[in-house]
Amino acid sequence: MPAHLSARLCSLALSLFLIAFALPAFAGPFEDAVAKFANDDFSDTEEAIGVVAGSGNPLAFPIISALQDGRLMADPDSKKVYVTGADGKSIDAATGAAVASVPDSASAVRLNNRLRRSVDAALGGLTLQSPDVGTRLQAAQSVFKSHEETALEAVDAALAKETSRSVKTALGEARAAILLFKSDATEVEKLEAVATLKARGDQDALALLTGMGDQPASVTKAAASAIGSIQSSLAVWSMVQNAWYGLSLGSVLLLAAIGLAITFGVMGVINMAHGEMVMIGAYTTFVVQEVIRTRYPGLFDYSLLIAVPLAFLVAGAIGVLIERSIIRFLYGRPLETLLATWGLSLVLQQAVRTMFGPTNREVGNPSWMSGAFELGQITITYNRLWILVFTLAVFMILLAMLRYTALGLEMRAVTQNRRMAASMGIATSRVDALTFGLGSGIAGIAGVALSQIDNVSPNLGQSYIIDSFMVVVFGGVGNLWGTLVGAFTLGIANKFLEPVAGAVLGKIAILVLIILFIQKRPRGLFALKGRAVEA
Amino acid sequence: MTPHMLTRSLDRSATIFLAVVAACGILIPLSNLLLPAGSFLQVPTYLVALWGKYVCYAILALSIDLIWGYCGILSLGHGAFFALGGYAMGMYLMRQIGTRGVYGNPVLPDFMVFLNWEKLPWYWYGFDMFWFAALMVLVVPGLLAFCFGWLAFRSRVTGVYLSIITQAMTYALLLAFFRNDFGFGGNNGLTDFKDILGFNVQAEGTRAALFALSCLALIVGFLICRAIVSSKLGKVLIAVRDAESRTRFLGYRVESYKLFVFTVSACMAGVAGALYVPQVGIINPSEFAPGNSIEAVIWVAVGGRGTLVGAALGAVVVNYAKTFFTSGMLAPYWLFMLGALFILVTLLLPKGIVGTFNAWWDSSKEKRTAAASVSAAAEDGVTEPKMAE
Repeated sequence: MPAHLSARLCSLALSLFLIAFALPAFAGPFEDAVAKFANDDFSDTEEAIGVVAGSGNPLAFPIISALQDGRLMADPDSKKVYVTGADGKSIDAATGAAVASVPDSASAVRLNNRLRRSVDAALGGLTLQSPDVGTRLQAAQSVFKSHEETALEAVDAALAKETSRSVKTALGEARAAILLFKSDATEVEKLEAVATLKARGDQDALALLTGMGDQPASVTKAAASAIGSIQSSLAVWSMVQNAWYGLSLGSVLLLAAIGLAITFGVMGVINMAHGEMVMIGAYTTFVVQEVIRTRYPGLFDYSLLIAVPLAFLVAGAIGVLIERSIIRFLYGRPLETLLATWGLSLVLQQAVRTMFGPTNREVGNPSWMSGAFELGQITITYNRLWILVFTLAVFMILLAMLRYTALGLEMRAVTQNRRMAASMGIATSRVDALTFGLGSGIAGIAGVALSQIDNVSPNLGQSYIIDSFMVVVFGGVGNLWGTLVGAFTLGIANKFLEPVAGAVLGKIAILVLIILFIQKRPRGLFALKGRAVEA
Repeated sequence: MTPHMLTRSLDRSATIFLAVVAACGILIPLSNLLLPAGSFLQVPTYLVALWGKYVCYAILALSIDLIWGYCGILSLGHGAFFALGGYAMGMYLMRQIGTRGVYGNPVLPDFMVFLNWEKLPWYWYGFDMFWFAALMVLVVPGLLAFCFGWLAFRSRVTGVYLSIITQAMTYALLLAFFRNDFGFGGNNGLTDFKDILGFNVQAEGTRAALFALSCLALIVGFLICRAIVSSKLGKVLIAVRDAESRTRFLGYRVESYKLFVFTVSACMAGVAGALYVPQVGIINPSEFAPGNSIEAVIWVAVGGRGTLVGAALGAVVVNYAKTFFTSGMLAPYWLFMLGALFILVTLLLPKGIVGTFNAWWDSSKEKRTAAASVSAAAEDGVTEPKMAE
């Protein structure tokens, strides 16, 4: 006990001692600079920012960030400056001592746009040495963007101490950006800066290099070649970006079309209500999330994992019901089936509209599906990535199911030759019902995924149905690989046409190309070979 | 015996149909124009316009029945031909506005002035002349159908594949016509018409005349379809519908027959669209929506596929029901009913109203004849008068 007590007393004494020293009657350069904030003069304020930021005083960061937020109060009469905190407590800016209240005559120190830039740069410099890697990286990037000469010293200081590789690179780039615009930097420094920016190679680097103004001839020449190389690498990256968008669109198309391909392949039935099965899956997700929100908020991140099997069951059950009550009476009359299922789609849409209202419903992204990461020069959002992974997983499972299970074998047999399969003892009507249920269930799963990237409304299915048909017609029937190739080809072709022709014309071009393609291969890319005259 | 009786019964229903349409085409305009307003027998102008719309739909249904009922081609894009005919007429009506538009430009329609266009696009040339527009009403849908059909039928795209790509065709046109830079008024389409051939489109007399003309077009269209399906060509078409490969093996060039009938049908749909636009007063890209084309197919299915009379009847019945239900408190249930109609007709009434009625009539007649001949045979040809014929 006594030992503790004495330690406390010691520390108290020490702090009192420190405070006594921190309150000198004669002011140092830091205190002088702080007092300048009270002059209400932009050039004085700028000078003050520079001195305070470079002082190394622990109060510098709170002062500058308060200045940025308009929380730095100056009293023109007493020349005293105060930092008011967000919590209402205030300190004296020059000493750090707490004050009871800021005098009424004090007003916030004003800024103009030029000062705001130097405030940002100063803050950048101050946070460059923060213990947190993320903060340092961000600070380095903000210095890179502002490239204020005043930050150069801070950058150099930070660079000397930095250990993290990524922050070091960012600091080097920030330094290069500053040097490129610094009028008295040497030619060698500038050439190095150009090389560093060339290595960075993104849109920002390109903007700096193209906007750097008058420079020595050698630097201009180096910059021109750097611009050329950055532009060509950016062109490659934009191709990669388009390819990624195409893959992403392709995965959505595949997910929507895969169930259709199964029902069409096995039963020769065009299910116009397929889009509505997708919609039902999306609404199942909505209901699951509603229940979780009201009852078990902690489970929200698992909502999709719960929704996937549920959507499969709900949509699959509805599918079996439809097959048993409508479609089985229409076998051999594909055109009539088309009309009946179209009618069914109207009924289902209207039913959902009556139950859930005609407006969009809010379906949230779980935390693991929100956000994005950067890969080289492109940004990849997690929800798109997960949908691609999910689609491929569904595809593989389905492929395995067709290949290795008894039902899969029966389905393939019925696809290839219905009458022969029936003669061999396969209960084709049972296979039909299960196939239709499977196709609908997969559409329901697709709905869960699409609820993450699209509006959940009664018209959700309508917007996918024509595209899914195009995929199936293009890919060919009776072979899931055809659907895969068809979906990704159409997705990628669409995204590559979009920047050239615009979104709508691109889509029209795709439709026209498919119509022409059908001329060459009336049964799609991967048609089943058979000897029947009329399939 | 049966084919003979079938043609006779069709003849009878055809005669009744023609008489009813002709009577409507004459009596309704007369009653609208001559009888005093508010009188019990006077048909109000809004009904003339509404029924005129139904008649146009009936022509469209007839054109679908010609290819679907007699040749087995299910087009889910016939609304596109209808809309193209409508746009051709709409372009003529736009050019007739002249300086009476909001911007008062003598040549450019309002939407082009609004979009700061300097001069008329080349494809608008000639549409200030009625004969040219009337020709285009036939040529544009016909040409599209010819090119599309030539590609599709030659490579033997049949069945649902054909249905799907016709749907893609109308969908592509829908997207295209929605664009402002396509030069057809974009989203708003063409509207605010003033005159047709110098007559005010809003005037009662013009509306009555348009109604009579629509009825005339329906009669002419019906006669053309009858002529086609009852000729030797029509027999080949039916053979294509029932057994395409067998017909081909017998030496007929199936694709030429299909192409011919598809093109004729598209021209008819174009005429229907051209008559529709001045009566409705607007044409916009939503006419290309795939849903519209499918709805038109269901009119045919309801009335009776392959009966011609049934197609026209189905169009009128379904659209009357649509107007009736969507205007009342039952409006939210209309889509349920339309959807149920699709399902029930395909399941329970595959021959449609007229087809079922014809089948019932024939079978009852056959029974009566059989009964008559049985009793005649039983009584060994004594005094019993023959019931049938």
